[in-house]
Amino acid sequence: MRVLVTGASGMLGRRTAEALLARGDEVRVLQRRPAGIDGAAEVLGSVSDRAAVDRAVRGVDGVIHLAAKVSITGPLPEYVEANVRGTTTVVDACRRAGVGRLVHVSSPSVAHTGSAIVGEGAGPAQPEHARGNYARTKAQAELLALAADSPGLAVTAIRPHIVLGPGDTQLVQRIADRARAGRLPLLDDGTALIDTTYVDNAVDALLAALDRIEHARGQALVVTNGQPRTVAEVFSAICEAAGVPAPARRVPSAVAKSAGGVVERAWTRLRLPDEPPMTSFLAEQLSTAHWFDQRHTHEVLQWSPRVGIDEGLQRLREGFAPA
Amino acid sequence: MVTSARGTAPAQLPPAGLPGLRPEWSRLVEGRDAEGQVRTWHVLDTGSPEDSRGTLLCLHGNPTWSYLWRDLLARAEGWRVIAPDHLDMGFSERTGTRRTLAQRIGDVRGLVAALELTGRVVVVGHDWGGVIAMGWAESVHGPGSRPDGIDLDGIALCNTAASHPAGAPPPGPLQVATAPGVLPLVTSRTDAFLRTALALTHPRPPAEVQEAYRAPYRTPERRQGIEAFVADVPTGVHHPTQARLDELAADLVHLADVDALLLWGPKDPVFTEHYLRDLRARLPHAVVHRFEGKGHLLPEDADVAGAVLTWLAERGRERAQPGGVPSEYRPLWRFLEERADSDADVVVEVRGGDDGPSVRRISWRLLHRRTTELAAGLAAHGVLPGQRVSLLVPPGADLTAVLYACLRIGAVAVIADAGLGVKGLTRAVNGAGPDHVIGIERALLAARALRWPGRRIAAGPISDAKLRLTGATTTLLEVAEIGARLLAGRDPADVLPPEPDPEAHAAIFFTSGSTGPAKGVVYTHRQMALFARAMGQVTRTGPDSGLVTAFAPFALMGPALGATCVVPDMDVTKPRTLTAAALADAVVAGGSSSAFLSPAAMANVIATAGDLDAAQREALAGVRTLLSAGAPVHPRLQQRAKELMPLAEPRTPYGATEVLPATDISLAEVLAAGEGEGICVGLPLPGVTTAVAPLDADGAAAEEVVTTAGVTGEVCVRAEHVKDHYDQLWLTQLASTRVRAPQDLGVGRWHRTGDVGHLDEQGRLWIEGRLAHIVVTGDGVVTPVGIEQRAETVDGIARAALVGVGPRAARQLVVVAEANEPVARTTVAAPPLARAVRAATGRDLAAVLLVPALPTDVRHNSKIDRARVAEWAERVLAGERGEL
Repeated sequence: MRVLVTGASGMLGRRTAEALLARGDEVRVLQRRPAGIDGAAEVLGSVSDRAAVDRAVRGVDGVIHLAAKVSITGPLPEYVEANVRGTTTVVDACRRAGVGRLVHVSSPSVAHTGSAIVGEGAGPAQPEHARGNYARTKAQAELLALAADSPGLAVTAIRPHIVLGPGDTQLVQRIADRARAGRLPLLDDGTALIDTTYVDNAVDALLAALDRIEHARGQALVVTNGQPRTVAEVFSAICEAAGVPAPARRVPSAVAKSAGGVVERAWTRLRLPDEPPMTSFLAEQLSTAHWFDQRHTHEVLQWSPRVGIDEGLQRLREGFAPA
Repeated sequence: MVTSARGTAPAQLPPAGLPGLRPEWSRLVEGRDAEGQVRTWHVLDTGSPEDSRGTLLCLHGNPTWSYLWRDLLARAEGWRVIAPDHLDMGFSERTGTRRTLAQRIGDVRGLVAALELTGRVVVVGHDWGGVIAMGWAESVHGPGSRPDGIDLDGIALCNTAASHPAGAPPPGPLQVATAPGVLPLVTSRTDAFLRTALALTHPRPPAEVQEAYRAPYRTPERRQGIEAFVADVPTGVHHPTQARLDELAADLVHLADVDALLLWGPKDPVFTEHYLRDLRARLPHAVVHRFEGKGHLLPEDADVAGAVLTWLAERGRERAQPGGVPSEYRPLWRFLEERADSDADVVVEVRGGDDGPSVRRISWRLLHRRTTELAAGLAAHGVLPGQRVSLLVPPGADLTAVLYACLRIGAVAVIADAGLGVKGLTRAVNGAGPDHVIGIERALLAARALRWPGRRIAAGPISDAKLRLTGATTTLLEVAEIGARLLAGRDPADVLPPEPDPEAHAAIFFTSGSTGPAKGVVYTHRQMALFARAMGQVTRTGPDSGLVTAFAPFALMGPALGATCVVPDMDVTKPRTLTAAALADAVVAGGSSSAFLSPAAMANVIATAGDLDAAQREALAGVRTLLSAGAPVHPRLQQRAKELMPLAEPRTPYGATEVLPATDISLAEVLAAGEGEGICVGLPLPGVTTAVAPLDADGAAAEEVVTTAGVTGEVCVRAEHVKDHYDQLWLTQLASTRVRAPQDLGVGRWHRTGDVGHLDEQGRLWIEGRLAHIVVTGDGVVTPVGIEQRAETVDGIARAALVGVGPRAARQLVVVAEANEPVARTTVAAPPLARAVRAATGRDLAAVLLVPALPTDVRHNSKIDRARVAEWAERVLAGERGEL
């Protein structure tokens, strides 16, 4: 199969492209800066650049669309541009080029409206009620991607939850950096259960979605390891893997949420380059359970995680170890 | 809704769309009321099914309407169900009259005639509908007469009353409602009465259901019937309905040959348990089920429809329960009679003091005399055979004497111990409904403050002023003196009432209440004797042997076994207060070589062993039999006990309040059994059969039991000394005996223990937890004890509880534990500890949480309330805050 992977500079995109190559697919990647993946043809450009995207989709059978702005702060227009316009551009380009399959990579946060998610399936994306700019724009993107599912173009949305793996700059590195700087508090007692996904499992699921798109089309599927853990344990385990001290400070989540909002607004207004230590979005994410019932996903994708969470953390530890 | 100026209005059909109500049930029926006037009723009627078994005639109370019975209408397969709205109520005709009880009974007769209803009828009633039901039942089922061609086939009543003492104020909230000037205001002018009735629900029904109850009562005119109903509650001797009610109560004797079911919500401020006790006395053959925690509007609070249908299906079968051949019966008081002239000790009480222990010795002669005096005195005081006597006296000679006195005269001893906690004790005593309470000052003050029922007799020394304060009418001392006067110079057999029948109820004990409210467990005299004999076997206690017992209930069994009981210096209601020194002093004082401790007592004996002097050490070293019961004791603890008492082989019988003992195991056998899934409690005792009822994927236990090794299920025990029944928990009793056993296991009475476990190849029983505590996951059923035991092998984990969180299909396992280094607040175990617990348990635990303390039962301080832990874990792991 000829497959385009957008956003291959991130950990999940890169690993997805590599896995496609490894199984013999012809791979093209699209991102702004060179990803340097051996064997993949590269198109440089933004996903909201119609010309670049048209070039990238030409002649492919399927697209795995990962490119997005992922952050916890920043002005809304930047998110709209990357996540909403980017997805529209990809969808339109697929239509024009007659691409048959589109795997849209989404996020469980599109359906998270603040209350705990305890062992549920994938709820509907809620652009109005999801929390924070990232989740809202991703919710919008997911809806418009799934709306494009049609006889000529099969579309599915895969929502991997908190992808962990060696070389991750999204979460693992941030947690490790913050912990090292002493800026990683635990909210309340850190007892909220959250799902995580080891990167190899997420990659498998994306490939399964591409292959079984006839079964998965028109719906959103959450993908996790199916092994929820407490926030405190996830943080501590990541810190342990990175060789930094685990968070010891406990902050009441109510305080964090209100303080987070203030910090977030100031940060955005001051256009500071770094990320704020706490945002109300982050406070909510870290103090509310969100873990999922994976039975439907397993059935539709005929996929199940190969790497258990403990082995995943072990690999993470090895990833941090000096070579 | 149109209502004329005179307050009359025609009957009508209910509006469409009321939840649970099918429009096709509703019809308007014309008939004649009590006075022969033509009236129209709104009636719910399912119509006759093919091969109809009969008709259920369901009468609602005030201020409800036939909507109350919708579940019964929907579910009563094979029965025709008819539920009318009384005149002036629901959607029936507004007559403009104020109807009385006598008229309402006549109205129902008129309606039944209009329906041309004949044949088998079971009448069901709630609240004032229950009163009308009784009145109607009497009217169609007189002594030897069937005036209306009705074959009365049963009567089922919920929260109602058969009588009200003339001149007594109306019950509870009705006092306010019937106060002058208040009545119309709360009942008809506003819908306060209606709203109050709906507010007495546990939990509140959905808003649409509450609306449906209000639907026929939207305007003051339409609520006139509610007002008239309340006005008909007798408020004085001259109230016209008082006489009719008295007549109705007296005539209940005519229903003695009619199957009766009493369903009760104890949290009813109007029809309190007083009325249940009264009904039980008037319908002694009735089967009774109290729905603990439920209230007045019982058909909304509890599954009344299910209970009625179960009763209809089971009532015949229950009578034909297999009993097996009864074994030889020896009354519990026989040894006392035989040894009336013996000066040997039967009870030895040891009290600690600065100058060494003081010892009170009671000889057989003294105990026999005291018991006989009390028996004669209590009988003279008016304690009748079959009446219940709550004994709130600490274990010791006094309790022993009064218990055997009660047993001898056929009174039923209610033995609720302080180990239930004040709340549990109150619930137990109230629920048991004693006719008499014999208690120490503190207990009687509580009885008075908490309004426990029963005439009070004070035990122990008490001043006249204090006596008045407790509301007691006499003291045990006076009772004994009266008894002594009656016995003077006469043969006790001529003074005492005849010995009770072996099948008569003897005593009520209570379960520990670790899974739900404590249940009363009724034993007959025969079963008590068998229980004593079985305990004697397992404790190796027989005539002339001595036993130090820090296990409160067992202290009472000594005289029945001909044995000497030694009560050590401790607060017997708090097993943890037994010290090693107190145990040793008791061993010396009683010259006994056996000790029977609860797990908590054993733990404290070991903890305080350092305070023993040389003589005390030597005394303990002479103990040959050491038993613990109530909960499993860790082999480590038993091993340390054995170090103090090297000649003893620690033994642990397993059983339940409903069947004690069932199995028995020694420490050596525990160690030989090794590791396994759960706790090995050994082989069944002679005469006992154990089996398991396998669990299905939902965690429900089957009716059929098997003895196949390795099959996990609910543990079922068959023994002669199984309880007779649960007190006023007919449905629970039914469920606890519902066992189908393969023929090769023989016949006899079974008890479902509520424990889960399995049998091994050697036939030993392993306990894996409580049925109520198993975790049902998408991958199957997980039992807690084995996993907990393996978690407790991890360094740092002192005591663990396994629970599940999340919806069933995705349910995750969680260990909540007390740490060896206690934590001050809930703490997520650090990854290395969590990994170690996962590795040890072999389970992918979503979390390992450390907490300051796990909740346990009051009596044994060892049964973890996993249901509470699970409920807490569910919240905390969802991100809510709060300590366990």
